[in-house]
Amino acid sequence: MSEKKSFGIKAAMVIALTTGASTLITADGHDMRDAYKRPAEIPFPDENPYVEDKADLGKQLFFDPRLSRENNLTCGSCHNPSFAWEDAQATSVGTPMSRLGRHTPTVLNLAWGEIYFWDGRAETLEEQALGPIQAGGEMAQDMDQLIDELKAVPGYVERFEDVFPGEGVTPENIGKAIATYERTIVSAQAPFDEWVNGDEDAISDAAKRGFELFNTKAKCVACHEGWNFTDWGFHDIGLGDNDEGRFEVLEIDALKHSFKTPGLRNIVERAPYMHDGSLKTLEEVVDHYNDGFTDRPSLSTEMVKLGLNADEKSDLVAFMKTLSSDDPAVSLPKLPN
Amino acid sequence: MNTKHTICAGLLALTSSIAVSGATFAADPVRVTQQGKQFSEKNLNLVAGQEIIFINDDKVAHNVYTIVKGKKRDLGLQKSGEEDSITFDAAGTYRVRCAIHPKMKMVVKVK
Repeated sequence: MSEKKSFGIKAAMVIALTTGASTLITADGHDMRDAYKRPAEIPFPDENPYVEDKADLGKQLFFDPRLSRENNLTCGSCHNPSFAWEDAQATSVGTPMSRLGRHTPTVLNLAWGEIYFWDGRAETLEEQALGPIQAGGEMAQDMDQLIDELKAVPGYVERFEDVFPGEGVTPENIGKAIATYERTIVSAQAPFDEWVNGDEDAISDAAKRGFELFNTKAKCVACHEGWNFTDWGFHDIGLGDNDEGRFEVLEIDALKHSFKTPGLRNIVERAPYMHDGSLKTLEEVVDHYNDGFTDRPSLSTEMVKLGLNADEKSDLVAFMKTLSSDDPAVSLPKLPN
Repeated sequence: MNTKHTICAGLLALTSSIAVSGATFAADPVRVTQQGKQFSEKNLNLVAGQEIIFINDDKVAHNVYTIVKGKKRDLGLQKSGEEDSITFDAAGTYRVRCAIHPKMKMVVKVK
């Protein structure tokens, strides 16, 4: 009996050393990677189901500058597919060429979202889609004027009537069409996914060590969980700025200076980082979490000094680089005129 | 005679059991755990005056809140292992959420 047990342990050690996977087993016996498997389908809400023509209309609206007051900005001006649906700036430029207060978040994988914007002020993606169009510093468009403008374009009138029979061009339908298109924007399979699916050669040993750290010592998983690496929650990560974030929407003390956890898919292409775009590289991000944050009463209880050494920090960055997918290029739609 | 006594005793026991359990049910608090960033219940039906005890069995902190008569009822930051409660005094439908993790939500209907 003893011999058998001993043999079992030795055999397990040999297998572990061979595969390099021993440390990926959690205390309750699960492979850490199981929690990161990609979903098979995009979820669409019952109130706004997927229809191909509706998504196509949403794409036209997303890339149409006539949705802005000065007819010079599209949703894609800030949510640029060339930069993983961000804009490679600390904070964007809106109307009239004014610098905004927060970094542009990506549009990737919003179909799985809960509430929207950095501060969660929109309950649905349909509501979110209409926000920047009308926001004074962003696209600054008057909604009544926009409806008139779109109704003056026969191609749009026809398209809206096809997709929303008997309803046509309305603010609600603009929101539904854009939200439907946005839900189709999903990051493709990355090397990390191939590794999760069993291809041991898909990522480097450094990245594998980084993944283990991500789930253990570095505590990233406390918020960056699941296949899209977010709990869609709100946390003060101690950036030290004065923006009160979610607290401005919901006055609960624990929410002071808290912002929504961003997903980490295609994170390399989405620099700079954080809600204020204040960190330029992933190395700076890891340094911040290691010991660079500001302690204050609202600081998330998950934020503790990590004590990571240089090799561990490098491994974490190597892991995050495996989350980039080679997404297909996005073509601009033809717009009715 | 013996049989009659037995039936009477049985009926008495059954009646008192119903009375006790009925009275107790109305007043008993309901325990809801928070684990894996989920509430253990998605929907609850309560009677007015009943209480929910929220227990944080999770690895991370939570912050339960709801809106009662237009006012926020905020349990504040609840660390792992802590518990706190909300009493629902008035009939109505209440949406309970974790302020930190908005995917944690439940609906409480009070009669």
